[in-house]
Amino acid sequence: MRELKILAVVVVLTLITYWGVEPFAHSQMHPQVDPVNYNFEEADRATSKEAVEKATKALAEAEKKADEKAIKGAKTDLEAAQTFEKTINEFWDANKEAIAATPNVANGEALVTANCTACHSIESKGFPKIMDDATAAGAYGVSTPDLGSSGKIYSKEYLVAFIKNPALGSKVSHKFTDGRVHPMPAYELMNTPQEIADMVAYLQSIAPKEMTNKEVFVDACQRCHGLKYADMQKRTMGAFSPADDITKYMGKLPPDLSQYIISRGEDSLGKFINDPQKLLEGTAMPRVGLNQESQAQVIKYLEEVGDSKKAQREELGPKFLIYLVIFAIFAFLWKASQWRDIH
Amino acid sequence: MAQFEKANSVGEWLDQRLNIKTFNKVMMTEYWIPKDINFLWAMGVLLATTFGILIISGLFLMMYYKPDIKLAFDSVNYTIMQEVAFGWLFRHIHGVAASVVFLIIYIHMLTGIYYGSYKQGREMIWISGMLLFVTFSAAGFSGYMLPWGQMSYWAAMVITNLFGGVPVIGDALVVWIRGDFNVADATLTRFFMLHVFLLPIVIMGLIGLHFYTLRIPHVNNQSSEDIDFDAEAEKYLSGNKKESKVIPFWPIFISKDLAVLGVFLIFYFYLVFFHYSFAMDPVNFDPADPMVTPAHIYPEWYFLWSYEVLRGFFFDIAGIKAFDIGLIAFAFANGIFFVLPWLDRDSKILPAHKRPLFFIWFWLLVVDLIVLTVYGKLPPTGTNAWVGFFAAVAFILLFVLLPVITKLDQKRRG
Repeated sequence: MRELKILAVVVVLTLITYWGVEPFAHSQMHPQVDPVNYNFEEADRATSKEAVEKATKALAEAEKKADEKAIKGAKTDLEAAQTFEKTINEFWDANKEAIAATPNVANGEALVTANCTACHSIESKGFPKIMDDATAAGAYGVSTPDLGSSGKIYSKEYLVAFIKNPALGSKVSHKFTDGRVHPMPAYELMNTPQEIADMVAYLQSIAPKEMTNKEVFVDACQRCHGLKYADMQKRTMGAFSPADDITKYMGKLPPDLSQYIISRGEDSLGKFINDPQKLLEGTAMPRVGLNQESQAQVIKYLEEVGDSKKAQREELGPKFLIYLVIFAIFAFLWKASQWRDIH
Repeated sequence: MAQFEKANSVGEWLDQRLNIKTFNKVMMTEYWIPKDINFLWAMGVLLATTFGILIISGLFLMMYYKPDIKLAFDSVNYTIMQEVAFGWLFRHIHGVAASVVFLIIYIHMLTGIYYGSYKQGREMIWISGMLLFVTFSAAGFSGYMLPWGQMSYWAAMVITNLFGGVPVIGDALVVWIRGDFNVADATLTRFFMLHVFLLPIVIMGLIGLHFYTLRIPHVNNQSSEDIDFDAEAEKYLSGNKKESKVIPFWPIFISKDLAVLGVFLIFYFYLVFFHYSFAMDPVNFDPADPMVTPAHIYPEWYFLWSYEVLRGFFFDIAGIKAFDIGLIAFAFANGIFFVLPWLDRDSKILPAHKRPLFFIWFWLLVVDLIVLTVYGKLPPTGTNAWVGFFAAVAFILLFVLLPVITKLDQKRRG
C-alpha cells in the first residue's frame, strides 16, 4: 500500500512537470488562431474585422498609457487595418457577380488561350511552356504554374478572386506597395465579371478528375518549395524556381518541406496553408487557395515523405507493448516466488 | 602457480582460473541489501538498464550518422529515420531513453535526499552519483547537438556562450570549446567525439566507482536504520530468512528490480512508439540556420530548472550585471548538491518524515524545482520573469537555510 502511495506521488509530480513543459508551455508560445476555413470570403471578412478590433484595442491601451509615440503608431496601424477591411470587403462584394454568373465554357477557352498562355502552359491542352522554369523565374521572380489542374485544386470562388486581383485573392497585397505590382496582372481591369466566370469555367472543365497526392503537391507547392526527401537519389524534387530568383521575389528562400509534417504537425500545417497570414503575419507566402480535398492531399503527401515509417511504427508498437506486459507479469510472479519465504 | 585439476564442467574450469564462485558470492549472492526497501531503490537498476539501452542503440546510430554540418541533419532525419531498416526505432529508443534517463536520475536523487542516503559514511556514494549526473548532463547536451537541428544549434550557441562569463579567460575559453569563432563544423565533430567516446567511457568508470562506493557503507533503507550487515547476513545464511534484515542482491533483490523494470519498460516503450515527440522538440526538425534565431530558445526539459536559475536574475543588482549574477547563481545551482552531505547538520540519519523541518524543506525543494522547470520554458516576460526570479532566489535560500533547519530538527528531537 505504502509503495502504491509513493508511486502515486511520483506519477503525479511527473505529470505536473510534463504538463508544464509540454502542452502548457507550447500553448503559451504559439498564437491561438481561428480554425481552418475554406470559405475565403467569410474568412477574409472575419480576419480583417478581427485586425481592426485588435488595432482599436491597441490604440485604447496606448491612450491609457498616454505614450505619444505609441498612440501615433497605433493610430497608423488602425487606419491601415480599417482601409484593408474596406478594400477586402469591397473586393468580395465585387466578386459576387462573377461567382454567380452562368458561364460560357467556349468563350472561356478563347479567353484563356488569348490571355493566359503567354505566360502559363497548359500541357494537357497542347500549350507547352514558352519559357523554362529558370527563365520564367528570372522574368517574374517565380516560375509560372501550368493551368491544367487549377480547376481541380482551387475552388471556383478562389479562382475568380485570384484572376480578378491576384494580390488580394492570395492575401499578399501588403507586399505590393510603393509601385511594386504582382507579376500577374489584375484582370478586373481588362475583363468583365462574365468573362472571368467563363475563364474559370473553362479551367474547371479541363481539370483532371483525379490527382495523386504528389501531383497536387507539385502543382500547388513546388514552384517555391523543395521536398528533397521525396527523391534523395535523383534530386528531382527541388523547387522549380532557382534559389536566387525566388529569394529575391519572396525576400527569403522558401524552406524545403521534407520535415514539416514533424516540425509543424498536421494541424498547424493545415492552418498555415489555409491562411499563412494567421500564423505568420506579414509573410510573403501567398494564400495558395487550395480547396479542402487538395489541402488534405498535400498534407498527406508531406506525411508520406517526411514520416514514411509511421505505418510500421504503429504496427510494431502494440506488439512490443504486449510482449512487455507479459514480461512484467512473469517478473512479478518471479518476485512473488522469491520473496515468499522472506516475509 | 595454483594447482589445476581436470575440470568436470565449464563452470569448474572457469572457477579454477577465475574464481567465479567467490566472485559470484561477493558480487551477487552474498552482496547484502536491506530488506526494508521500496521500489524507489530499483532506480539504480533502471538507470543501468537505460544506460545499456543508450549504448546499444547509440552504436547502431553511429553506423549511419555523419558528423559533418552538411550531412548531419539528413543522415539522422533521412538515412536513419527512413532508409535504414528500423533506424527510426533505434533513434526513438535512443532519443526517448536520453530524456527518460534524466527523469529516473531525478527520482533517484530525490529518493537519496528524502531518506538521507548521502549522510555520514555514504558521502562518496552521493558524490560519485553527482559526478555521474554532471557527466550524463554533458553527454545529453553533446548528443542533443548532433542532429544539427535548429534548436540544438542555438542551444549550443547559448551554452558555449556561458563560458564567456568566466573571468579573464572567458572569450578565449569560448573559442577553445567551439574550436572556431562560431558554433561550426569543428564544434560538431568534437562534440561527436565527446558524445560517443570520451563521455561514455567516463560514465562507465563512474558507474563502477558508484557501485564500489556502496560496498562498504551499504545501501540505506526506508527507515534509515543502522543495520549490522555481518550479523544479519549470518542470520540469513543460517536459514533464518524471515528474521534477517538483509537479503542477497541475487536473486531476491534483483527479482523485485526486474518487476519494477517490467513496469518501467512498458512506460518507456509506450513513449518510444506513441509519444516519442515529447522528447524531440519540433523546432529541431528544422535544419540549423545560423541566420535565423528561433522565437524561443530553451534547453531540454531536464536542464530547465538550472536554466531558469541562470536567467531568473534578469536585472542588475548593486552594480553587478544581471548576466554575472545569473552565472554565479547557475554555478551555485550546479555545485551546491555536491556539498549536500555537509550542509545537512543533523547528526542522525533519518528519513524526511521523521525530521519535521527537513520534511517541509524537502517538499519546498521539489515544488521549487518544478516551478523552475515549468517557468524555464515559458517566455521570460512580465509575471513569468518575476516568478522565475523568486523561484531562483528561493532555490538559493533553501540551501543557505539547510544547515540551520537540520540543526533545529536535531535540537527539537533532544
